[in-house]
Amino acid sequence: MSLVILWTDALIWLLAGMLVLWGHVAVQDRMNRQRWQQVFASPIALVSALVLLAYVAVALLDSIHFRLESGQLRSVLDMLFIHLLENTERTYSAPFATHEYVKSVIEQNGQVVQTYLPLVHVQPEQLWPDIFKGLALGGVLTALLWLLVKGVSHFFANSIFALADKKLLWRTIWLILTVFSLLWALSQHFHVFGTDKVGNDVLYQALKSIRTGVLIGTLTTLLMLPFAIALGVMAGYFKGKVDDVIQYLYTTLNAIPGVLLIAAAVLVMQGMLETHPEWFGTLEERADLRLLFLTLILGLTSWTGLCRLLRAETLKLSQLEYVTAARALGAGHGRILFRHITPNLMHLVLIAIVLDFSALVLAEAVLSYVGVGVDPTMNSWGNMINAARLEMAREPMVWWSLAAAFVFMSTLVLAANLLSDRIQQVFNPRNG
Amino acid sequence: MLNYLLRRLLYAIPILIGVNLITFALFFMVNTPDDMARIHLGAKQTTPEMIEAWKASHGYDKPLFWNTHATGVQALTDTLFYQESVKLFTFDFGLSDSGRDIVSDIKQRMWPSLALAVPTFVLGLWVNITLALAVVLFRYSAVDRAALVAAVLLMSVSGLFYIIGGQVLVSKVLHLTPISGYQPGADAWRFLILPVLIGVFSGIGSGLRWYRTLFLEEVNKDYVRTARAKGLSEWAVMRRHVFRNGLLPILTGVVVVIPTLFMGSLVMESFFGIPGLGSYTIEAIQGQDFAIVKAMVFLGAVLYILGLMLTDIAYAWADPRVRFK
Repeated sequence: MSLVILWTDALIWLLAGMLVLWGHVAVQDRMNRQRWQQVFASPIALVSALVLLAYVAVALLDSIHFRLESGQLRSVLDMLFIHLLENTERTYSAPFATHEYVKSVIEQNGQVVQTYLPLVHVQPEQLWPDIFKGLALGGVLTALLWLLVKGVSHFFANSIFALADKKLLWRTIWLILTVFSLLWALSQHFHVFGTDKVGNDVLYQALKSIRTGVLIGTLTTLLMLPFAIALGVMAGYFKGKVDDVIQYLYTTLNAIPGVLLIAAAVLVMQGMLETHPEWFGTLEERADLRLLFLTLILGLTSWTGLCRLLRAETLKLSQLEYVTAARALGAGHGRILFRHITPNLMHLVLIAIVLDFSALVLAEAVLSYVGVGVDPTMNSWGNMINAARLEMAREPMVWWSLAAAFVFMSTLVLAANLLSDRIQQVFNPRNG
Repeated sequence: MLNYLLRRLLYAIPILIGVNLITFALFFMVNTPDDMARIHLGAKQTTPEMIEAWKASHGYDKPLFWNTHATGVQALTDTLFYQESVKLFTFDFGLSDSGRDIVSDIKQRMWPSLALAVPTFVLGLWVNITLALAVVLFRYSAVDRAALVAAVLLMSVSGLFYIIGGQVLVSKVLHLTPISGYQPGADAWRFLILPVLIGVFSGIGSGLRWYRTLFLEEVNKDYVRTARAKGLSEWAVMRRHVFRNGLLPILTGVVVVIPTLFMGSLVMESFFGIPGLGSYTIEAIQGQDFAIVKAMVFLGAVLYILGLMLTDIAYAWADPRVRFK
């Protein structure tokens, strides 16, 4: 067994580290402390933030990879849900079903009959005992996880969440842990969200898709931020020729229809991956590289909006008296830009990060549908919806893949939207 | 004004050249003609001679930007980039990989796209604005809050779910409309009604919030209070005063989109089997037909620039104070 660090693994952990560090620094400042207190004073924002955190935690668990002796690549999440990976059925089965969804033709006592075969990994006669066993196991696990989280929380006593209402905070954490534990425990004996065409567990696919969604939502913004900030601030501050060039750059990029630019870039990237097999050793690494390139491409096409916003704000700020005063005191361009202008733009950047997150998660689904999203072998909500489209046309309908994607995806996007609304309200009071 | 538009038109040229440069870079520098030849000839047994012959027959044997063998202006014009750009600028998109004329394909497929996009756009705008005005009428009340919650919920669901859900519910369960397909002529509405309604519905969440913010900004201004003091009913205040003054920011967001309606909607058209430009583009992307993708990128850029100019004109029309220098 050896540890394998994929590109995206390294980046998402780096990002998580930065987030924790930033959380510690942010609460040191009195002004920021007050603002975050205000954000989390809203129960909806607090719950949303915790839901987001739970998604990120799953994504992080899914981002520690190692290779088994057998040569398979597994993540910590895979090992936690290894029973889902191993308990594959033959074909479609509904959530909590004991028998297959479609009839098979078998020979019985010398006669050919059509019947619903029992599932391989579910015991029909033990339906209720297994459900109770699952509930009990889930309860125990919740308690254990609860203690763990309580313990870990002591290390973060001074972080952003310390500002929130304790009662609601712990109630929500308890609820999230319960949902997670129950899913884990019940999935030991059942297919909670059914199985797909070749008998793979749908819950597992939905769980694995979390990493894809979170990665695209966060890495893309991280990769585009330096461009957007540097170019936007420079255009607004230096004006003249610099402004002209930067404006030309983003007008040109904007002029190309977004999906087409992404599609064209992804097609080219696919071609490059085909002609450079030396870049990756295994199929997983190839899919990972493709995901990384996709976030890069999405980043390159999505910085224009924020850049334009920052340019306008910088134009306004650089006219203000405090900047003139700084200049009169002999501050250079660098000092004015870094000490006086950029810090005053940070609320816009923060709002853009949370706003873009949900848009990117939604965009992934559409891009995967068009065929220019993540690798078709990778688990993602887009790929799930894409497959579900044909399943819905079947008679009788196979609805659970779509339902699972819907529940997991919409929860994430809803939480992100609600939190971003609150952050916008607090940090940018003009947009009431 | 005319002078200003003329300058905007001239400014469009470097932008279009830039767009060409990006597509050119994507298709010819990263994906060299040699690679393209190899893909088209098949990976097996390609000799350098075969590649050269393929490049010569498709006109890809010229240098990229600068021809060192030619003299004078020819050094710039006898190159791949120049040739490709000139062709695009004269709207000569050439043939697709399957040998069809792209321009006539576009002309033919433009109509179904418009038949879907224009009703969706107009109806969507009307529904969003009416709902937003109604919500602003009940601002800061329970109705307002409920509408906002509903809007966030609607926004958080991917459009793909609306499409699949709508198809299943309306077509498969209730049998009200055909699931997908298209028929030109008077019967087209039967195929269009479901995609139009779904398109409008999936836009309500973000649209309602956006217009609500715009109108809320207007509603607290002094002139609105004056209008109310004159004894106008609240709805008349909304319609005659708030709406008209809110029109200005709406124009900036809306007019720029109008020309790009030509491009059609990728997802809608392919889900509902409507043979418009959106599904044309998707087929090209999935079939890796670069000639069509290039043509659509250029067309999209031209339409976007047109949209920017239309926005300026609309601005000057709606607000006489706006002057262009």
